[in-house]
Order: sequence, then C-alpha cells, then structure tokens
Amino acid sequence: MGGWTPACAGVHLMATVAVDPRTEYLLRLGDDALVLGQRLSEWCGHGPVLEVDISLANLALDLVGQATLLLGEAGDGDRLAFHRDVLDFRNCLLVEQPNGDFAQTIARHLLYTTWQHLMLQRLTASKDTFLAEFAHKAVKEVAYHRELASDWTVRLGDGSEESANRMADGLAWCWRFTPELFEVDEILEEMIDRGVAPDPRSLEQEYRLALASILAEANLEAPPEQRPIVGGRRGHHSEHLGHLLAAMQFLPRTYPDATW
Amino acid sequence: MYTTELQKTAKIENLEDPKLLEAFEARVTADEFIEPKDWMPEAYRRTLTRQISQHAHSEIVGMLPEGNWITRAPSLRRKAILLAKVQDEAGHGLYLYCAAETLGTSREEMVEALHSGKAKYSTIFNYPTLTWADIGAIGWLVDGAAIMNQVPLQRTSYGPYARAMVRICKEESFHQRQGYEIMIAMANGSSDQKRMAQDALNRWWWPSLMMFGPPDADSPNTAQSMRWRIKRETNDELRQKFVDITVPQAEFLGLTVPDPDLKWNEEKGGYDFGEIDWDEFYAVVKGEGPVAKERMTARREAWEKGAWVREAAAAHEEKRRARKAA
Ligand SMILES: [Fe+2]
Ligand SMILES: [Fe+2]
Ligand SMILES: [Fe+2]
Repeated sequence: MGGWTPACAGVHLMATVAVDPRTEYLLRLGDDALVLGQRLSEWCGHGPVLEVDISLANLALDLVGQATLLLGEAGDGDRLAFHRDVLDFRNCLLVEQPNGDFAQTIARHLLYTTWQHLMLQRLTASKDTFLAEFAHKAVKEVAYHRELASDWTVRLGDGSEESANRMADGLAWCWRFTPELFEVDEILEEMIDRGVAPDPRSLEQEYRLALASILAEANLEAPPEQRPIVGGRRGHHSEHLGHLLAAMQFLPRTYPDATW
Repeated sequence: MYTTELQKTAKIENLEDPKLLEAFEARVTADEFIEPKDWMPEAYRRTLTRQISQHAHSEIVGMLPEGNWITRAPSLRRKAILLAKVQDEAGHGLYLYCAAETLGTSREEMVEALHSGKAKYSTIFNYPTLTWADIGAIGWLVDGAAIMNQVPLQRTSYGPYARAMVRICKEESFHQRQGYEIMIAMANGSSDQKRMAQDALNRWWWPSLMMFGPPDADSPNTAQSMRWRIKRETNDELRQKFVDITVPQAEFLGLTVPDPDLKWNEEKGGYDFGEIDWDEFYAVVKGEGPVAKERMTARREAWEKGAWVREAAAAHEEKRRARKAA
C-alpha cells in the first residue's frame, strides 16, 4: 500500500461547515474550551469538598461561555457542538483526557490553562477584532484558572506522600500531550502570518519556565520527555473523545428537529 | 427549606432557667434576631441545628439529580444555565453549613451524620431524573416549592439562618424561572417533547407536594417551632399556597396535573386536591426512595474519594505554617 494516498488526502473532513483557516482556528480554540468545560462539568456534585465543587463548576462555566462565543463566531454554535463527530473536532488531545482522580484533573488543567493564558495574553493584540475582544474578556477568566491550578498543584505536590504520588501520576498521564500545544501547521501558519493568531512557539520558553517554577514549588519533577502524541487539531483524537461526545450530543442527535 | 421533619423525639422539656427562657421568648416574639453568642434554650439550638443541617444536606444531595443532566444538556445555553444553577445549590449548602456551624456543630459532624443515615434530607431528591423534562420539572416544581418554604424563613428568628435565606432566595427565583422555561419549550415542542413534559409532571407532582412535610395534624412540633419563629407557616398552609399557584402554571403549559380530585373551590378561594400517599412519604423518609441508595452512595463516594485531597490540603497548610514559624 506504499504510495497509495486516499482521494480525500488533504481535503478536510469537516461535514458541517465550509472551512477557511479562520473558521478552523476558531474551532480549535472553541473545541478546546467546549471539551475541557464538558470534562470539568463531570465533577459537579462529586468534588472532594464543597468549595472545590464550586471552583470546578466556575471553571466549567467560563469555558462553556468561551466555547459559546467562539463556536458562535465560527457558525451555528449549537450545530457545531452537537452535530459534529470525532473527525471534525479540532481540540487538542490534552483537554479530552479523562478526569481521572482530582490530581489528574489538576495536572491537565495546569498544563492547558498555563498555555491558554499565555496564548490569550498575545491574542489580545490580534488584528482580528472579534478574537482580540474575545481574548480581552477570556484572559481575565483564565488568569484565575491558572492561579487555581497552580495553587492546587503546589498543595498536592507539597501535601502528603499520597497526594504527591497522585500528582506525579497525573502529570505523567498528561505530559505527552503538551507538544501538540506548540505545533504549527499550514493553517496556523497562515493565521500567524495574517496577524490573527499568536505563534505558539513564541511562548514555549515562557511556558516551560512557568511550569518549572510551579513544579519546583510543588516539589515535583517534570516527567521525562517522550515522543509527542499529536493529531487532535486534524481530528485524530484519543479514544476518550467519542464517549464524551456520545453523552454530550445524545439529545440533539436523537431529536434533531426539537428546540430546547 | 426542605421539611422532612420527623422529629417525634424532641420533647421540649424545660430544664432551662425560667428567667432566661422568658427573656428569650420575649425577644423572639418581638421579632428580634437571636445571634450565635446570645443565650438560647437547648431545644431551640437542637431543633435549629437539625433543621438547618437538613436543609444544607438537601442542597448538596439535590445537586445529584440535576447534575445527572449537565453533561447531556441539549444546547450550550442550557448547559451553562444548568451548571450555574447546580453551582448555586452548592453555594446554598455552603452558606447553610456555615449558619449551622454557628450553633456549635462542625461541618464534618454534620456530613458524617448524613452519610451514616442519621441525618435526613428532603425526600424529593430520592426520585430519578429520567429525561431532560425532569430538569424543567425540578426547577419549576421543586425550586418552586423550596421558594414557598424559604421566603418566610427570611424572617426566621435565628439571625445567621435568616441572612442565609435572604441570599438563597435571591437565587431561587432564577432557578424556578429556568425550569419553567424548559417546560415551556418542551410543552410547545415536538410530540416526543410533550410526552416527556407530561411524564415529568406526572412523576414529580406528588413528591413535590410531599416536600412541605406531613399534614399539620401529624406534625407535633409545629406549634413550638412557630412560637420560636423557626417556622412561620404550617406545612398545610404552604402546600395549599403551592397548589394554588402551580395549577394555573400547569394549565398554561397545556399539561394535566395528575390528580383526578383536583378542583377549584370557590368558597375557600383555592383548590381542593386529592389525598397524598403518606405511606410513600414515610417510606422515602426512612430511606426507601427509588434512588435513595444511589444518592447516598454518590455522596459517600465523593467524600471518601476526596479524603486524600482534604488531608493533603491540611498537610500542606501545616507545612507552610511550620516554614513561616521557622
Ligand atoms: Fe433550599
Ligand atoms: Fe438551593
Ligand atoms: Fe434552587
């Protein structure tokens, strides 16, 4: 099968929207927010302590709000959220990872939100008015997310032996997905060239330093680097996303003509 | 609040200093607030602790039936609203635990009482949420009944409880509105949606009426609680008010209230309604509700699985303090 390329190679599988690079970029950011918000909302009512339950719901609410804005700008937000299948989702692999225990949730959140915060800070200078305004609003929310994730990382890393082990496991689970955050493909390159999107490579150094300093404060070690796992931005996800979508989309899919 | 008053135990024997008691009762009668540092009869403290902690437990257990649908909410807007609503309930639980703690029982103790089955919570949360319409019905009926119960409690005699109720009541009307809005969408939707809406009303109507607690005749402590301004209207009065307000709302939706005996009574200016199945109520109070086991298991699991997190936070705090001192 060596040289065979499918007829649709290079053609987007996006069934529900006509894709231009800006829409694609909106979907990447919007799907990140939607999928992470959905994951965090799974905690609701099951948190380790009432105050944490409230914080996690706060994060989820912010993220669902961000997804609503971004997907709404990309097209019909509800159609995009509830009527696309895995291959058309553009979120990074990190955000779809299962909650695991509270430490894994915090590890996932730390790794994502630190990136998101640095990215949004730069996005406020976007030449795209919508995205610049969006970033101005979201960066404040995400500053708080980052603080919360950092605080809990330190608390758990520098808490009991058990919590330190769990935190290390959570980081080990999530670490392989961080290189994807800095990946630049043709679409992103075009957005960067047009002054719409920040170049993630420009924040990688700051990201690594920020994480190193939190991990040091938490007495935790960064897991060893490994071959990056990527694919989310092109619709090639982990097995977890399909199940998340099955739950999330079941009502609009089962009753496609209904208004809610 | 959510009345599950089954308090045949609290015989109010007066071993209290009659002078102090008299002064206390005078203050309460004058509608003054009693504050945590004030003298209060032991029975007042006990009854209030039970009532407020029951209310707090109800808020927390009440997160579960609705939480069951957050991940499956059918639109982004509905998801955000439901998340915010359930988060509010967590906040209510928090205010109420804090209010109860001012009476001298710790949150840990209260939570343990819940998990051991010693403390009660509202019977209503022991019923399952089967379809999305149940989320509408809960907001409309359950939060509606809660408002009915809670509005008078803003003037309850215990200051911290009354103030918690003021904050809570502000949010409850949003809860009811979002529920009714879901019902409007469902009742005016496709035939599948209408079916879900009617079915939800059928299942939630009677349990909602039970939320006001046993009939006054079987509510032995009502008189004492009314005198102490812990309660400001009787169970039956509140229940009647709820029926009178809710039946026209059901009619507006084009739904049928599942009670063949429901009839407007011109003379009393309210509805007559059928007999509530009190056997069911008492069984659910005892822990025999359809999903009582699921609810308690979920709460216990969350608590047990969270133990290491709470311990870690405490250990970290300890280390930090030690470092500061060094
Ligand atoms: Fe309540
Ligand atoms: Fe509440
Ligand atoms: Fe409520």
